Amino acid sequence: MSRRYDSRTTIFSPEGRLFQVEYAMEAIGNAGAAIGILSKDGVVLVGEKKVTSKLLQTSGSTEKMYKIDDHVACAVAGIMSDANILTNTARVQAQRYTFAYQEPMPVEQLVQSLCDTKQGYTQFGGLRPFGVSFLFAGWDKNLGFQLYMSDPSGNYGGWKAAAIGANNQAAQSMLKQDYKDDITREGAVELALKVLSKTMDSTSLSSDKLELAELFLSPSGTVKYQVSSPESLTKLLVKFGVNQPTTEDS
Amino acid sequence: MECVFGLVGEGFAVVVADTSAVHSILVHKSNEDKIMVLDSHKLIAASGEPGDRVQFTEYIQKNVALYQFRNGIPLTTAAAANFTRGELATALRKNPYSVNILLAGYDKETGPSLYYIDYIATLHKVDKGAFGYGSYFSLSTMDRHYHSRMSVEEAIDLVDKCIIEIRSRLVVAPPNFVIKIVDKDGAREYAWRETVKDADVASA
Repeated sequence: MSRRYDSRTTIFSPEGRLFQVEYAMEAIGNAGAAIGILSKDGVVLVGEKKVTSKLLQTSGSTEKMYKIDDHVACAVAGIMSDANILTNTARVQAQRYTFAYQEPMPVEQLVQSLCDTKQGYTQFGGLRPFGVSFLFAGWDKNLGFQLYMSDPSGNYGGWKAAAIGANNQAAQSMLKQDYKDDITREGAVELALKVLSKTMDSTSLSSDKLELAELFLSPSGTVKYQVSSPESLTKLLVKFGVNQPTTEDS
Repeated sequence: MECVFGLVGEGFAVVVADTSAVHSILVHKSNEDKIMVLDSHKLIAASGEPGDRVQFTEYIQKNVALYQFRNGIPLTTAAAANFTRGELATALRKNPYSVNILLAGYDKETGPSLYYIDYIATLHKVDKGAFGYGSYFSLSTMDRHYHSRMSVEEAIDLVDKCIIEIRSRLVVAPPNFVIKIVDKDGAREYAWRETVKDADVASA
């Protein structure tokens, strides 16, 4: 591994790698996990909170989940301050689109636009890449519910289920085993909580270590983004039996 | 003395424009097509400064095409109209375009629609609209005879009534008109209404 090619983001190593981008992904690998699952009637995002303290004032704001526009939300993993910048950029891009076209921005276009921004930091300017991975959940009239994952390189893909952050490879293989194409939103919530509980390092799950958000259509047809309250999250953990200390299971 | 008008019928929208290209007292040509096909299911009928008219409508047309290439889906008529209005608005207080536009389109989900966009970036979604001196006559005629969900025959009949009114009452009335229609099958030329044809070249 050549250390001579580390420090500049804008050059390739002889093996054809961009080290700064890879190091950014390393940073994310140490951050709190997030899982997203696409279902027929909605998208579910679950996040592991790393900052847990009784002293933390958490009313109103979320650590992992952000609403980008009325029809798009995202979960983040990585450096929080970098995430703030990018979610703000995404929000501006979404509003700029609506200002021009008077319509909500199609979800893939929003993801692509943000990823184009991220790509810029891997090619010119000499600034380091953002140390954030995203899971975008959204709905538009062209493609319905969608889930996208993007990383510091500026690559993105559409997924049925995806995991980012700590232990994401283990989570991803668990999702691959248990995901079914016709999963309902409730089934997706259960699957997401179960997978997260198995891949999280902590010995027991409680609602103050998690965040759960769902994106679905209300009966009147408008897109709803709902973050679960700690109380309802606790009820769900009990319901799906994931609040006990994790035991060795097959 | 440019005349542009249009209306929405049952499952279609029709726009009509005169076809004279005029400079002061000289008529350059009388078969100038002022209704541009914006994409497969949209029409832009434009009137105003000839240079601005072509420049601006081509600019919109290419941007609409670019959107479709980039994103794999066409813009809705409403989105295209708002984009067009936005471009006029941005240029307005710097170097304005002197172009009035009637944008007609057909969307699968929402059916036919017509948008009135004037040179100072006014945008209205309308059932019928008109620009120019001819609007005094065509708008009044349409107000008298228009009803919602007209058939193509009824609408063309109304268009012909407007053309007759313009021809008979406007002092320097343009002799020829082009009619274009857009419906679920796309945007296309419907007919010309000519009273003056270019003379055939005499053989030597």
